[in-house]
Amino acid sequence: MSSVTTKTREPEASFSATSLAKLRHKPWYKSDAFRRLVMCVLLGVLFTIMTGEQAGDDVFYSLNDSLTNWPWLGTWVAVAVGIWALITFHSYLLGNPALSPVHKVIKDATAEVKKVTPVLGRREVKWPLIIALVVVLALLPTWVSGFWNQVMVNEIAVYVLLAIGLNVVVGWAGLLDLGFIAFFAIGAYSAAYWTGKLPVSPPVELTPFLVIPVAVLTCLVAGVLLGAPTLRLRGDYLAIVTLGFHEIIYLLATNADEFTNGPAGVQGVPHPTLDLGFWSYEWTTTDLEQYWWMIMVIAGILIFLFLRLEHSKVGRAWTAIREDEVAAAANGVNTVKYKLMAFAIGASTSGIAGVVMASKVQFVSPASFELMFSVLVLAYVIFGGMGSIWGVMLGTAFLAWLPQILKDYVDEQDRHMYLGAILVIMMIFRPQGLIPSRRRKRELNLAKEGLGDADAMTEPVGGRVS
Amino acid sequence: MNLNEFWDYLIPGISLGALYAVIAIGYTLVYGVLQLINFAHSEVFMVGAFAALLVFTKIEPSNPSGLMSVGLVALGFAVSGLAGAGTAFALEKVAYKPLRVRNAPRLAFLISAIGASFFLTHIAGKLFGRDPKPIPDLFVNKKVFEIFGARVSVLQLIMVGAAIVMMIGLDLLVNRTKMGMGIRAVAQDAETAGLMGVDINKVISRTFVIGGLLGGCAGFLFGLNSQVTYTMGFFPGITAFAAAVLGGIGNIRGAMIGGMVLGIVESFSAWQFGDEWRYVSAFAVLILVLMFRPTGILGERLGRTA
Repeated sequence: MSSVTTKTREPEASFSATSLAKLRHKPWYKSDAFRRLVMCVLLGVLFTIMTGEQAGDDVFYSLNDSLTNWPWLGTWVAVAVGIWALITFHSYLLGNPALSPVHKVIKDATAEVKKVTPVLGRREVKWPLIIALVVVLALLPTWVSGFWNQVMVNEIAVYVLLAIGLNVVVGWAGLLDLGFIAFFAIGAYSAAYWTGKLPVSPPVELTPFLVIPVAVLTCLVAGVLLGAPTLRLRGDYLAIVTLGFHEIIYLLATNADEFTNGPAGVQGVPHPTLDLGFWSYEWTTTDLEQYWWMIMVIAGILIFLFLRLEHSKVGRAWTAIREDEVAAAANGVNTVKYKLMAFAIGASTSGIAGVVMASKVQFVSPASFELMFSVLVLAYVIFGGMGSIWGVMLGTAFLAWLPQILKDYVDEQDRHMYLGAILVIMMIFRPQGLIPSRRRKRELNLAKEGLGDADAMTEPVGGRVS
Repeated sequence: MNLNEFWDYLIPGISLGALYAVIAIGYTLVYGVLQLINFAHSEVFMVGAFAALLVFTKIEPSNPSGLMSVGLVALGFAVSGLAGAGTAFALEKVAYKPLRVRNAPRLAFLISAIGASFFLTHIAGKLFGRDPKPIPDLFVNKKVFEIFGARVSVLQLIMVGAAIVMMIGLDLLVNRTKMGMGIRAVAQDAETAGLMGVDINKVISRTFVIGGLLGGCAGFLFGLNSQVTYTMGFFPGITAFAAAVLGGIGNIRGAMIGGMVLGIVESFSAWQFGDEWRYVSAFAVLILVLMFRPTGILGERLGRTA
């Protein structure tokens, strides 16, 4: 018996200890440490280029300048190598890494956060906090300068509204919409149309407030018109169709001069007025807080409605569709109806934002509706943590604020470079977003452990890598 | 409808379509193996164009003709192809691989690609200037022959010829070689392919490189045809992506057909409705086709059909 075993083992025996070691041996240039070093040096060079001079007339100027600027290049490469050394040799440099001060601070902070989080969820803590936050937010415009006020309303608040709407479509129903700004444009142009500012005149002229329901209706119809024939498309096909829809709307706004006044845009969309008979109110641009408050009220109503929706029958139907459309349909969920609903709700929110934007800026032109903005809103939503309204709002506010604050530190034209880099870094280290929704966090964790694919949009790509 | 004009618009349509087809292949390849939209592919295309611009600004060819021109064009292809391949390789390593290792959700890949696209666009603008620049003349772009009165120029011949060579080469590569078999296997079922001994990481990396090579070359051709700017990748990128979807995303031959269709549709709609409407009709055709064939003209996936 034993001789048989040795016989069958014979071929294995040829793998001696030394040959196995040779097989396992990695040349130094393939070792992880060396690869990290190369990566770090390259990043250092990249950073030198990023922070270098703007290009001149000569194509080579900027490249030459930053690559021959030895002190600057040397500093960045040295920093990069230092970081590499810290990563690779931290146990030598700091002794036991678990004892390093940085590690301790992070550990303490996470422990602290973990202690605080459940307390925040308690009703007697949660509501006062929310009220305090609302009060602070309401008072915010009175503290900041005029410039920041403009930014808060035109860039941040309007985009937060948009993101809340897109969150319904992408975060809850799981429909990848790359043309969300198209509805924003429809809203803005309806505001211009119904207030009689477009070259074509409307049957009756309305004030922007009354335009809101009309714009909502228009966007609903547009959403249904686009959605009805296309919603049977799967994820990425839907993405390109919505993108195409956006381009069509954008190009219509640019080229149909006789209706939209073309690239020049239309001016003089009036401010909204509110006349309740006993009390009337007029929005102006001189009082900077007014629009902020108006958007806060609108956003508050929308958030309230959407939160109610999230855990209702409709919201659960959306979740079911997002996670597995076939299974949802098999269980009696009318997928087409609920998908259309999500699409239409998102579209009308976008329309409201469009009306508000148009009446605040008093100017509508195709330049505000470029495709890039659609992509940006999607990025905001995912950056914040799709599916969670608070996360989405926070993410949007942060990413919309960032380019404005960057203006003070870097060249204005470079801002999107940094924005792009931040998006990549964020997705590498925190793909679930700033504040992921609880359900989504669980789905992602399950998917990570290989228990199901979570949903159509979370399935791991390209198989698992070891 | 004037028959002469028909040919006048068909020929630029075909050469444009050939370009779209080559770029669309890059989208479709990556979609095949990773099932995700490589939003940054348009920037690979832009980098290819810039590489050619840089090299030829340095060389400054003066009135090249004959063999010299052939050499220069070949150099252009080599440089832009390499630059494109390098960019795509780096892109995969920086913006995709770390997410793949962490099993990130699919939308995270999309956002990471969008971020990389922003980054590349604006760093190119910063480095090389934001004004459009022409690539210096590499050959005399004269008329070669006429088809029904429509002139066919040297550049158009190069565009179509290069596209055909690249497409045939790619088709052979994917369908006849071992590497192609690996790509198809990963496209069909990555996990199982991994169990069968296919190195998934290598296949994905190589797929990006192949797509980048084609994208870079297309960028060079596009730069010859018009000018080089940092935002030049955007519209061809979207249109090529639309072409890939139109043909059935993940399907290489589908991408070729889709590109051709969109190029010709664009050219004809520029003729019939005016130049500003060309993209509108391209996207309208896309939406119409997808309404009736939800998975594109040739249907899905790299592994199953192509």
